[in-house]
Amino acid sequence: MATLHTVNKSPFQTQTLISCLGHAKAGDSILMIEDGVYGAMSDTAMAEVVAGMGADKKLFVLAADVAARGIDAGRVAEGVTSVDYEEFVDMAASCDRVQNWL
Amino acid sequence: MSEDGVKKFLYVNRKAPYGTIYAQEALEVVLIGAAFDQDVSLAFLDDGVFQLTKGQDTKGVGLKNFSPTFNALGDYEVTKLYVEQESLDERGLSVDDLQDIQYEDEDDDWAEKPSIIVVSRSQMADVMAEQDVILSF
Repeated sequence: MATLHTVNKSPFQTQTLISCLGHAKAGDSILMIEDGVYGAMSDTAMAEVVAGMGADKKLFVLAADVAARGIDAGRVAEGVTSVDYEEFVDMAASCDRVQNWL
Repeated sequence: MSEDGVKKFLYVNRKAPYGTIYAQEALEVVLIGAAFDQDVSLAFLDDGVFQLTKGQDTKGVGLKNFSPTFNALGDYEVTKLYVEQESLDERGLSVDDLQDIQYEDEDDDWAEKPSIIVVSRSQMADVMAEQDVILSF
């Protein structure tokens, strides 16, 4: 009974990603989209806390939003899987529920 | 304010591009304001530093890539883009991750010079404190 969580806010600007990670259950999927993709970058002030809180969850990032922001694909942190729009749809369809953290 | 009526304007950019319209709108206002021959500077801090990253490719998200417009600011005599070092550091960015934005210095035989000025947080505070008008985005 897993949930797909989407986060669309920068973790440097709001607590949205932290709150999502704090409420998501082990095994849930968290997809970072729009400005949320900044939470998927390595070597930032947020990277360690995201990796720690996300260790028992599945972390994803929407590739088109990464490219739009000039983030090199190599800067996406280890343990975060890049997905495209089709995979986003598949994830939404196959999970039990979708919770959008706005 | 200086005696010739020229005021110092600072546009403060604290939002990432694309997630909200603030960044693109700020750039529009800067270009409009450039017609008034004022002493214009831009400040990039917090998530605003993400606006200046190079290699932005918005084809996949259906939004206009407005980042090349920063390179046109020099033609409007907007040549001071202050970027905060601490904001870069927190986001794992260095100045090498940013566009190399330049302007032609009419007082120096049109030599090409960098528009980006990396400053510390305390220097940014000084830049803010010396302005006549501050517009926040």
